[in-house]
Amino acid sequence: MNAQRREHYLNVNYGVRSWLLTTDHKRIAWLYLVSVTFFFFVGGFFATLIRLELLTPQGDLVQAETYNKLFTMHGVTMVFFFLIPSIPAVLGNFLIPMMIGARDLAFPKLNLASWYIFIIGGLFTLAATAAGGVDTGWTFYTPYSSIYSNTHVALTVVGIFVTGFSSILTGLNFIVTIHKMRAPGLTWFRLPLFVWAHYATSIIFVLGTPVLAITLALVGLERIFGLGIFDPARGGDPVLFQHLFWFYSHPAVYIMILPSMGIVSELIACFSRKRIFGYAFVAFASLGIAIIGFLVWGHHMFVSGQSVHAGLVFSLLSFLVAIPSAIKVFNWTATLYKGSVSYDAPMLYSLGFIGVFTIGGLTGLFLATLGFDVHVTDTYFVVAHFHYIMVGGAVMGYLGGIHFWWPKMTGRLYPEILARLAALIVFLGFNLTFFPQFVLGFLGMPRRYHAYPPEFQVLNVMSSAGASILAVGYVLPLVYLIWSLRYGAVAGRNPWGARGLEWETDSPPPTHNFDTTPRVTESAYAYEKEPEEIYHFGATAHV
Amino acid sequence: MKNGAHISVRAYAAVFAALLALTALTTGVAFVDLGGGLNNVAALAIAVVKAVLVILYFMHVRTSDRFTWIVVGAGFFWLLILVGGVMDDLLTRNWPGR
Amino acid sequence: MSDVITVRAHQFDDLEQQHEASWIGMWIFLATEVMFFGGMFTGYAFYRAAYPQAFAAASNRLDVWLGAINTAVLISSSFTMALAVHGAETGRRKALIRFLLLTIVLGAVFLGIKFFEYHSKFEEHLVPGHSFQFEGLLARPAEIFFSFYFAMTGMHALHMVIGIGLLAVMVVKARRGRFSTGYFTPVELTGLYWHFVDIVWIFLFPLLYLVGRHL
Repeated sequence: MNAQRREHYLNVNYGVRSWLLTTDHKRIAWLYLVSVTFFFFVGGFFATLIRLELLTPQGDLVQAETYNKLFTMHGVTMVFFFLIPSIPAVLGNFLIPMMIGARDLAFPKLNLASWYIFIIGGLFTLAATAAGGVDTGWTFYTPYSSIYSNTHVALTVVGIFVTGFSSILTGLNFIVTIHKMRAPGLTWFRLPLFVWAHYATSIIFVLGTPVLAITLALVGLERIFGLGIFDPARGGDPVLFQHLFWFYSHPAVYIMILPSMGIVSELIACFSRKRIFGYAFVAFASLGIAIIGFLVWGHHMFVSGQSVHAGLVFSLLSFLVAIPSAIKVFNWTATLYKGSVSYDAPMLYSLGFIGVFTIGGLTGLFLATLGFDVHVTDTYFVVAHFHYIMVGGAVMGYLGGIHFWWPKMTGRLYPEILARLAALIVFLGFNLTFFPQFVLGFLGMPRRYHAYPPEFQVLNVMSSAGASILAVGYVLPLVYLIWSLRYGAVAGRNPWGARGLEWETDSPPPTHNFDTTPRVTESAYAYEKEPEEIYHFGATAHV
Repeated sequence: MKNGAHISVRAYAAVFAALLALTALTTGVAFVDLGGGLNNVAALAIAVVKAVLVILYFMHVRTSDRFTWIVVGAGFFWLLILVGGVMDDLLTRNWPGR
Repeated sequence: MSDVITVRAHQFDDLEQQHEASWIGMWIFLATEVMFFGGMFTGYAFYRAAYPQAFAAASNRLDVWLGAINTAVLISSSFTMALAVHGAETGRRKALIRFLLLTIVLGAVFLGIKFFEYHSKFEEHLVPGHSFQFEGLLARPAEIFFSFYFAMTGMHALHMVIGIGLLAVMVVKARRGRFSTGYFTPVELTGLYWHFVDIVWIFLFPLLYLVGRHL
């Protein structure tokens, strides 16, 4: 067979320059994949030290100041250098042009520039880490971050500032691409929900990230020039910083979850062999989450000195933002009903996502309730809540997506039994790590402390044990996915029998994605039809 | 039709003159006490009118498609959300509450 | 000028799609800039509402005439920029280049006046930090005013420097005949950027220079 000699995007040319100077969105996706995986394990390293310290009630592994640096660097690395870029920059970059029948994104050179900007920002932050790190928490609250901390705040905020522009440009690229480059017949309501999810995410990228940039810049200026904007001793208000910071950082959490929800829609449809129930509702819910998500930031500030009136407004709006998320969960569940369900690894991650995201989301409602929040704010209850969404939700969705599209990206199948085992290990390890933290928080254990009262030890030990299991669950895919690049079975065009334009071209795809521009005559997830009835590739070639 | 289609030099000149006049107006009005915080309103209102003129004419939005209008509107609307939320907090800090 | 061969980038199907994408891409970038400057406007609004007298007293220390002249200079540069784009649109290369150069000159004049103002403020000990001096009880919030003054006009000036750089690149490209009536998108987009920087100043002028002048 000529399969080995067919030209595709991976073998069209070789050499470092062909990768570092590529403008092919698929290669750029790989550049990001390697980078974010690196940062994931850096962040995981800090998490490991945290969980080791918390095995015992005494602060006996590291000093308090060092512990402050550990949780700060864990947060900064995971949030800005893994969670925010991961799905959009890896799977979004790879798939969006393909899903809409285009040859590339609207601005391929800008796409490459986004990656370089990401790397430069990452290097600044790694430099700050190597030089001793930061101890302010990833939230950089003033005036500690702007005046009193003796750690490398300026260097770190420069790194995050720079990386933010990577996000902004990616979001810009996605919005223009989705608006202007859809294939003939591919109307908005025929788009895969993955695309809708990334469109909504891109709105947040574009409108939220700049506020983080200017806020961190002001903190940097304050540190360097001694300005005093956030210094209470000089008339400044630290709560202003918190407003500006959370205006971005709350929508940022929707940046982290929306793409994962997009993946789950694709996977649930494929592994139920059914159209997504209530497609339009899910599409609008994505937009709703993005927009309402901009209105709730004050729920991070209920006890910081914000007015009661503001607290009430933000609490009410935070209840509202749960509605579109709930709509999605209902619709995914309804899709499963009477579907032809199979339990391949991507589906295991998706099913796990639904359960775990529901818990995370519901506990978000607890936290949105003013009275309850006063009790559990800054405790492990909050830590558990956001890890349920970010690790249970975002990371599990990400892993499900990587597995699902791996054959398309590499032309290889991963080992299915091992993958299902890893998914189960992740699910079990995850819940053992984070569920005890809800209890700990409710019982009063504060976050960001390296020592705790002895009565909390049992739950902490459970959590750390869970973390070690979770670590195994993460290392396994790293190993077998790399293994599969060489030894995995060769994948065909569409090993899952899925619906979607990306499955109508070779695995791995040619550089220009499609030999001819397709025409689409049906909406997404038309599993009751054959692909030939949906996607029409005519005779005219486009180069 | 191409976005940002032709706007005449006469229109540009008229906008230019209006912008200069509005600048003179806002500077002059600043020295007159309009009473009751109206000075702030006047300054902002004049600035908004100037900005709108620049956007519609110099930046060709007048002859652009609806998507352009939405992007322009979204940017300013989102800024209003930020300012609104922050000011709501500040201005209600002393409200009677629990 | 019409002999120029226009290159359609491979990902686009036709020139119109390419132009539309570039146009809206630039506008989306400008929306991000609205939010970027907007963060500082928000902080400014917050402290002005908190310290109205201090902000009025501090604002009165700025030279309103230099501010007004600079506003007129920048508005004029927007006019010349619009004329430059018009020149490109109608295929008049000499007019395009002339108006681009005029825009650069006006931008440089603005920056020159700004530099002079900064220098004066430095001499008057109104730069925030250790050397800041302001009489009376309003000193601390006045320092906050000047922090925002320097941060906002400084960020604006940085954007102007970048803008002048972009304009210079446009002059070079125009001289080399890279633009035609069918393709002048970079000039258009540079124009959008320049007008945006003008709009930021349109708000900065009254907010920084005209506070409490009637008192």
